[in-house]
Amino acid sequence: MTLLLALLAAGAFAQTSDPAPLQFSDVAEEKRFHQLTAELRCVMCQNQSLADSNAQIAHDLRREVLAQMRLGKDDAQIKRYLVDRYGEFVLYRPTMQRGTLVLWFGPLALLLAGALIVWRIVRARSRQPVAEPDESQEW
Amino acid sequence: MNDTPASAPAPAPNAPRPPSRGALAFAVIIIGLFFIGLMALLYYGVQQSDRPDRESLPSPLIGKPAPAFDLPLLHDSNRRATNATLAGEPYVMNVWGSWCPECRVEHPVLSRFALTKRVRFVGYNLKDERGDALRWLEQYGNPYMLVVADVEGRTAIDWGIYGAPETFLVDGKGIVRWKHVGAVTDAIIAQQLIPALEKIEAER
Repeated sequence: MTLLLALLAAGAFAQTSDPAPLQFSDVAEEKRFHQLTAELRCVMCQNQSLADSNAQIAHDLRREVLAQMRLGKDDAQIKRYLVDRYGEFVLYRPTMQRGTLVLWFGPLALLLAGALIVWRIVRARSRQPVAEPDESQEW
Repeated sequence: MNDTPASAPAPAPNAPRPPSRGALAFAVIIIGLFFIGLMALLYYGVQQSDRPDRESLPSPLIGKPAPAFDLPLLHDSNRRATNATLAGEPYVMNVWGSWCPECRVEHPVLSRFALTKRVRFVGYNLKDERGDALRWLEQYGNPYMLVVADVEGRTAIDWGIYGAPETFLVDGKGIVRWKHVGAVTDAIIAQQLIPALEKIEAER
Protein backbone atom coordinates (compact mmCIF):
# COMPACT_ATOMS: atom_id res chain seq x y z
CA MET A 1 0.00 0.00 0.00
CA THR A 2 2.75 2.46 0.95
CA LEU A 3 4.66 1.43 -2.18
CA LEU A 4 1.62 2.26 -4.29
CA LEU A 5 1.29 5.63 -2.57
CA ALA A 6 4.99 6.34 -3.08
CA LEU A 7 4.70 5.50 -6.77
CA LEU A 8 1.66 7.71 -7.14
CA ALA A 9 3.43 10.56 -5.39
CA ALA A 10 6.43 10.18 -7.69
CA GLY A 11 4.15 10.44 -10.70
CA ALA A 12 2.61 13.65 -9.46
CA PHE A 13 5.92 15.49 -9.79
CA ALA A 14 6.77 14.36 -13.28
CA GLN A 15 8.92 17.38 -14.10
CA THR A 16 12.07 16.11 -15.67
CA SER A 17 15.45 17.23 -14.50
CA ASP A 18 18.71 15.71 -13.45
CA PRO A 19 18.23 14.90 -9.77
CA ALA A 20 21.93 14.33 -9.11
CA PRO A 21 23.44 16.82 -6.65
CA LEU A 22 25.94 19.33 -8.00
CA GLN A 23 29.55 18.25 -7.95
CA PHE A 24 32.18 20.86 -7.23
CA SER A 25 35.70 20.57 -8.53
CA ASP A 26 37.30 22.12 -5.45
CA VAL A 27 36.57 23.77 -2.12
CA ALA A 28 37.10 27.30 -3.45
CA GLU A 29 34.50 26.75 -6.15
CA GLU A 30 32.04 25.39 -3.63
CA LYS A 31 32.61 28.33 -1.30
CA ARG A 32 32.13 30.85 -4.09
CA PHE A 33 29.03 29.03 -5.27
CA HIS A 34 27.46 29.12 -1.82
CA GLN A 35 28.24 32.80 -1.33
CA LEU A 36 26.88 33.70 -4.74
CA THR A 37 23.67 31.69 -4.47
CA ALA A 38 23.04 33.08 -0.99
CA GLU A 39 22.85 36.53 -2.59
CA LEU A 40 20.34 35.48 -5.23
CA ARG A 41 16.64 35.04 -4.68
CA CYS A 42 14.63 31.97 -5.55
CA VAL A 43 12.17 33.35 -8.09
CA MET A 44 9.46 30.89 -7.11
CA CYS A 45 9.75 30.78 -3.30
CA GLN A 46 10.54 34.42 -3.12
CA ASN A 47 11.33 34.58 0.57
CA GLN A 48 14.20 32.14 0.22
CA SER A 49 17.60 32.55 -1.27
CA LEU A 50 18.60 30.50 -4.27
CA ALA A 51 20.93 28.55 -1.99
CA ASP A 52 18.12 27.51 0.35
CA SER A 53 15.17 26.86 -1.92
CA ASN A 54 14.00 23.42 -2.97
CA ALA A 55 11.84 24.60 -5.85
CA GLN A 56 12.39 23.02 -9.26
CA ILE A 57 13.43 26.33 -10.80
CA ALA A 58 15.93 26.83 -7.97
CA HIS A 59 17.57 23.50 -8.83
CA ASP A 60 17.77 24.56 -12.47
CA LEU A 61 19.10 28.02 -11.69
CA ARG A 62 21.74 26.65 -9.32
CA ARG A 63 22.88 24.34 -12.09
CA GLU A 64 22.95 27.32 -14.44
CA VAL A 65 24.96 29.44 -11.97
CA LEU A 66 27.54 26.66 -11.65
CA ALA A 67 27.71 26.34 -15.45
CA GLN A 68 28.28 30.09 -15.76
CA MET A 69 30.98 29.97 -13.09
CA ARG A 70 32.73 27.22 -15.01
CA LEU A 71 32.56 29.34 -18.17
CA GLY A 72 34.75 31.82 -16.35
CA LYS A 73 32.17 34.51 -15.61
CA ASP A 74 32.72 36.56 -12.48
CA ASP A 75 30.06 37.20 -9.83
CA ALA A 76 28.93 40.52 -11.30
CA GLN A 77 28.49 39.00 -14.75
CA ILE A 78 26.47 36.08 -13.38
CA LYS A 79 24.22 38.43 -11.43
CA ARG A 80 23.71 40.59 -14.51
CA TYR A 81 22.94 37.45 -16.52
CA LEU A 82 20.13 36.54 -14.13
CA VAL A 83 18.87 40.12 -13.78
CA ASP A 84 18.58 40.37 -17.58
CA ARG A 85 16.27 37.37 -17.52
CA TYR A 86 14.35 37.65 -14.26
CA GLY A 87 14.63 41.31 -13.29
CA GLU A 88 16.17 43.11 -10.32
CA PHE A 89 14.08 41.08 -7.89
CA VAL A 90 16.37 38.07 -8.38
CA LEU A 91 19.07 39.88 -6.40
CA TYR A 92 18.59 39.05 -2.75
CA ARG A 93 20.80 42.00 -1.85
CA PRO A 94 19.21 44.96 -3.65
CA THR A 95 21.51 47.20 -5.64
CA MET A 96 21.94 50.86 -4.75
CA GLN A 97 19.73 52.67 -7.21
CA ARG A 98 17.35 55.58 -7.22
CA GLY A 99 14.45 53.20 -6.73
CA THR A 100 16.02 51.35 -3.82
CA LEU A 101 17.31 54.37 -1.88
CA VAL A 102 14.14 54.38 0.24
CA LEU A 103 14.62 50.68 0.91
CA TRP A 104 18.21 51.15 2.05
CA PHE A 105 17.99 54.44 3.93
CA GLY A 106 14.32 54.59 4.94
CA PRO A 107 14.72 52.86 8.31
CA LEU A 108 17.78 54.93 9.17
CA ALA A 109 15.95 58.11 8.21
CA LEU A 110 12.99 57.16 10.37
CA LEU A 111 15.31 56.39 13.27
CA LEU A 112 17.04 59.76 12.93
CA ALA A 113 13.71 61.58 12.67
CA GLY A 114 12.51 59.84 15.82
CA ALA A 115 15.75 60.67 17.62
CA LEU A 116 15.40 64.31 16.60
CA ILE A 117 11.85 64.48 17.97
CA VAL A 118 12.90 62.86 21.25
CA TRP A 119 15.84 65.25 21.54
CA ARG A 120 13.65 68.29 21.02
CA ILE A 121 11.08 67.11 23.53
CA VAL A 122 13.75 66.38 26.14
CA ARG A 123 15.32 69.78 25.55
CA ALA A 124 11.97 71.53 25.84
CA ARG A 125 11.15 69.63 29.00
CA SER A 126 14.51 70.36 30.55
CA ARG A 127 13.88 74.10 30.07
CA GLN A 128 10.76 73.89 32.16
CA PRO A 129 11.37 74.48 35.85
CA VAL A 130 11.65 71.37 37.96
CA ALA A 131 9.15 71.06 40.79
CA GLU A 132 10.64 71.53 44.26
CA PRO A 133 10.32 68.33 46.27
CA ASP A 134 7.47 68.78 48.71
CA GLU A 135 9.04 68.24 52.14
CA SER A 136 5.67 67.86 53.83
CA GLN A 137 5.14 64.39 52.25
CA GLU A 138 6.52 61.38 54.06
CA TRP A 139 7.77 59.62 51.05
CA MET B 1 -6.47 62.41 58.85
CA ASN B 2 -5.58 65.09 56.48
CA ASP B 3 -7.82 64.81 53.42
CA THR B 4 -6.54 66.63 50.42
CA PRO B 5 -9.09 69.12 49.11
CA ALA B 6 -11.36 67.88 46.30
CA SER B 7 -10.18 70.47 43.84
CA ALA B 8 -6.58 70.37 42.70
CA PRO B 9 -4.43 72.94 44.48
CA ALA B 10 -3.02 75.78 42.41
CA PRO B 11 0.35 74.73 41.01
CA ALA B 12 3.36 75.82 43.02
CA PRO B 13 5.32 78.64 41.33
CA ASN B 14 8.13 76.25 40.37
CA ALA B 15 5.93 73.38 39.07
CA PRO B 16 6.01 72.52 35.32
CA ARG B 17 3.24 74.19 33.29
CA PRO B 18 0.63 71.88 31.77
CA PRO B 19 0.44 72.19 27.97
CA SER B 20 -2.00 74.78 26.71
CA ARG B 21 -5.36 73.75 25.29
CA GLY B 22 -4.27 74.69 21.78
CA ALA B 23 -1.07 72.66 21.88
CA LEU B 24 -2.96 69.65 23.23
CA ALA B 25 -5.58 69.81 20.49
CA PHE B 26 -2.82 70.16 17.90
CA ALA B 27 -0.99 67.11 19.26
CA VAL B 28 -4.18 65.06 19.26
CA ILE B 29 -4.90 65.99 15.66
CA ILE B 30 -1.38 65.15 14.53
CA ILE B 31 -1.44 61.80 16.30
CA GLY B 32 -4.91 61.10 14.93
CA LEU B 33 -3.80 61.83 11.37
CA PHE B 34 -0.71 59.67 11.83
CA PHE B 35 -2.88 56.82 13.09
CA ILE B 36 -5.33 57.18 10.22
CA GLY B 37 -2.39 57.23 7.81
CA LEU B 38 -1.03 54.01 9.28
CA MET B 39 -4.44 52.34 9.08
CA ALA B 40 -4.77 53.41 5.46
CA LEU B 41 -1.33 51.96 4.73
CA LEU B 42 -2.34 48.71 6.45
CA TYR B 43 -5.54 48.53 4.42
CA TYR B 44 -3.62 49.15 1.20
CA GLY B 45 -1.15 46.42 2.15
CA VAL B 46 -3.93 43.92 2.83
CA GLN B 47 -5.56 44.71 -0.53
CA GLN B 48 -2.26 44.30 -2.35
CA SER B 49 -1.56 40.96 -0.70
CA ASP B 50 -4.88 39.65 -1.99
CA ARG B 51 -4.05 40.14 -5.65
CA PRO B 52 -3.71 36.86 -7.56
CA ASP B 53 -0.56 38.15 -9.25
CA ARG B 54 1.12 39.38 -6.06
CA GLU B 55 4.10 37.07 -6.59
CA SER B 56 4.49 37.60 -10.32
CA LEU B 57 7.82 38.99 -11.34
CA PRO B 58 7.60 41.75 -13.95
CA SER B 59 9.45 40.61 -17.02
CA PRO B 60 12.59 42.50 -18.01
CA LEU B 61 12.06 41.17 -21.54
CA ILE B 62 9.18 43.51 -22.34
CA GLY B 63 10.26 45.71 -25.23
CA LYS B 64 13.32 43.57 -25.91
CA PRO B 65 13.84 40.98 -28.63
CA ALA B 66 12.63 37.50 -27.79
CA PRO B 67 15.52 35.22 -26.75
CA ALA B 68 16.93 33.03 -29.49
CA PHE B 69 15.60 29.51 -29.26
CA ASP B 70 16.02 26.31 -31.20
CA LEU B 71 13.78 23.55 -29.88
CA PRO B 72 12.34 20.33 -31.26
CA LEU B 73 8.63 20.03 -31.88
CA LEU B 74 6.70 17.97 -29.38
CA HIS B 75 4.84 16.01 -32.05
CA ASP B 76 7.86 15.38 -34.26
CA SER B 77 11.25 15.46 -32.58
CA ASN B 78 12.99 15.44 -35.95
CA ARG B 79 11.72 18.89 -36.77
CA ARG B 80 12.76 22.01 -34.92
CA ALA B 81 11.40 25.50 -34.47
CA THR B 82 13.48 28.65 -34.07
CA ASN B 83 12.75 32.37 -33.90
CA ALA B 84 12.92 32.43 -37.69
CA THR B 85 10.11 29.87 -37.90
CA LEU B 86 7.76 32.23 -36.11
CA ALA B 87 9.03 35.58 -37.36
CA GLY B 88 6.95 37.95 -39.48
CA GLU B 89 3.65 37.81 -37.62
CA PRO B 90 2.80 38.18 -33.94
CA TYR B 91 2.32 35.04 -31.88
CA VAL B 92 1.17 34.15 -28.39
CA MET B 93 3.30 31.56 -26.65
CA ASN B 94 1.84 29.62 -23.76
CA VAL B 95 4.17 27.78 -21.38
CA TRP B 96 2.56 24.62 -20.01
CA GLY B 97 3.28 21.16 -18.69
CA SER B 98 1.26 18.03 -17.98
CA TRP B 99 2.46 18.32 -14.38
CA CYS B 100 0.96 21.79 -13.94
CA PRO B 101 -2.56 21.91 -12.41
CA GLU B 102 -3.15 25.59 -13.20
CA CYS B 103 -2.54 24.85 -16.89
CA ARG B 104 -5.61 22.63 -16.84
CA VAL B 105 -7.57 25.48 -15.29
CA GLU B 106 -6.65 27.94 -18.02
CA HIS B 107 -6.94 25.42 -20.84
CA PRO B 108 -10.63 26.06 -21.70
CA VAL B 109 -10.00 29.82 -21.72
CA LEU B 110 -7.03 29.43 -24.05
CA SER B 111 -8.87 26.98 -26.27
CA ARG B 112 -11.70 29.45 -26.77
CA PHE B 113 -9.17 32.17 -27.54
CA ALA B 114 -7.28 29.97 -29.99
CA LEU B 115 -10.53 29.18 -31.81
CA THR B 116 -11.05 32.87 -32.58
CA LYS B 117 -7.89 32.59 -34.69
CA ARG B 118 -7.08 36.15 -33.80
CA VAL B 119 -3.33 35.45 -33.52
CA ARG B 120 -1.04 32.45 -33.90
CA PHE B 121 -1.09 30.38 -30.76
CA VAL B 122 2.06 28.42 -29.92
CA GLY B 123 2.67 25.99 -27.08
CA TYR B 124 5.89 25.68 -25.07
CA ASN B 125 6.02 22.36 -23.26
CA LEU B 126 8.26 22.84 -20.25
CA LYS B 127 10.23 20.11 -18.45
CA ASP B 128 7.81 17.38 -19.39
CA GLU B 129 7.91 13.76 -20.46
CA ARG B 130 6.98 13.53 -24.13
CA GLY B 131 4.46 10.75 -23.55
CA ASP B 132 2.77 12.63 -20.70
CA ALA B 133 2.56 15.83 -22.75
CA LEU B 134 1.07 14.11 -25.79
CA ARG B 135 -1.47 12.29 -23.64
CA TRP B 136 -2.39 15.54 -21.91
CA LEU B 137 -3.11 17.21 -25.27
CA GLU B 138 -5.09 14.20 -26.44
CA GLN B 139 -7.16 14.20 -23.29
CA TYR B 140 -7.88 17.94 -23.03
CA GLY B 141 -7.54 19.05 -26.63
CA ASN B 142 -4.71 20.73 -28.52
CA PRO B 143 -5.31 24.46 -29.12
CA TYR B 144 -1.77 25.08 -30.34
CA MET B 145 -0.62 25.68 -33.88
CA LEU B 146 2.60 23.96 -32.90
CA VAL B 147 4.22 22.90 -29.64
CA VAL B 148 7.93 23.12 -28.90
CA ALA B 149 9.38 20.88 -26.24
CA ASP B 150 11.94 22.11 -23.74
CA VAL B 151 12.73 19.04 -21.68
CA GLU B 152 15.77 20.38 -19.83
CA GLY B 153 14.42 23.86 -19.20
CA ARG B 154 17.63 25.52 -20.39
CA THR B 155 15.92 27.75 -22.96
CA ALA B 156 13.24 28.60 -20.42
CA ILE B 157 15.86 30.35 -18.31
CA ASP B 158 16.63 32.65 -21.26
CA TRP B 159 12.96 33.58 -21.44
CA GLY B 160 12.80 34.31 -17.71
CA ILE B 161 10.29 31.51 -17.27
CA TYR B 162 10.11 30.28 -13.69
CA GLY B 163 7.02 28.13 -13.67
CA ALA B 164 3.89 27.30 -15.55
CA PRO B 165 1.56 28.59 -16.77
CA GLU B 166 3.10 31.68 -18.34
CA THR B 167 1.99 33.39 -21.52
CA PHE B 168 3.97 35.69 -23.82
CA LEU B 169 2.93 37.94 -26.68
CA VAL B 170 5.66 38.48 -29.28
CA ASP B 171 5.16 40.81 -32.24
CA GLY B 172 6.07 40.26 -35.88
CA LYS B 173 9.49 41.80 -35.41
CA GLY B 174 10.31 39.38 -32.60
CA ILE B 175 9.94 41.87 -29.74
CA VAL B 176 8.32 40.61 -26.55
CA ARG B 177 5.33 42.87 -25.90
CA TRP B 178 3.45 41.29 -23.02
CA LYS B 179 3.84 38.55 -20.47
CA HIS B 180 1.46 37.07 -17.97
CA VAL B 181 2.45 34.77 -15.12
CA GLY B 182 -0.29 32.46 -13.87
CA ALA B 183 -3.50 31.15 -15.33
CA VAL B 184 -5.03 33.32 -18.04
CA THR B 185 -8.67 34.27 -17.62
CA ASP B 186 -11.18 35.74 -20.04
CA ALA B 187 -10.84 39.06 -18.23
CA ILE B 188 -7.08 39.11 -18.72
CA ILE B 189 -7.47 38.31 -22.39
CA ALA B 190 -10.02 41.06 -22.84
CA GLN B 191 -8.29 43.69 -20.71
CA GLN B 192 -4.63 43.05 -21.46
CA LEU B 193 -3.97 40.69 -24.36
CA ILE B 194 -6.45 42.09 -26.88
CA PRO B 195 -5.41 45.73 -26.32
CA ALA B 196 -1.75 44.74 -26.68
CA LEU B 197 -2.60 42.91 -29.90
CA GLU B 198 -4.53 45.89 -31.21
CA LYS B 199 -1.56 48.10 -30.45
CA ILE B 200 0.69 45.81 -32.49
CA GLU B 201 -1.79 45.68 -35.36
CA ALA B 202 -2.12 49.46 -35.35
CA GLU B 203 1.62 49.79 -35.82
CA ARG B 204 1.69 47.94 -39.10
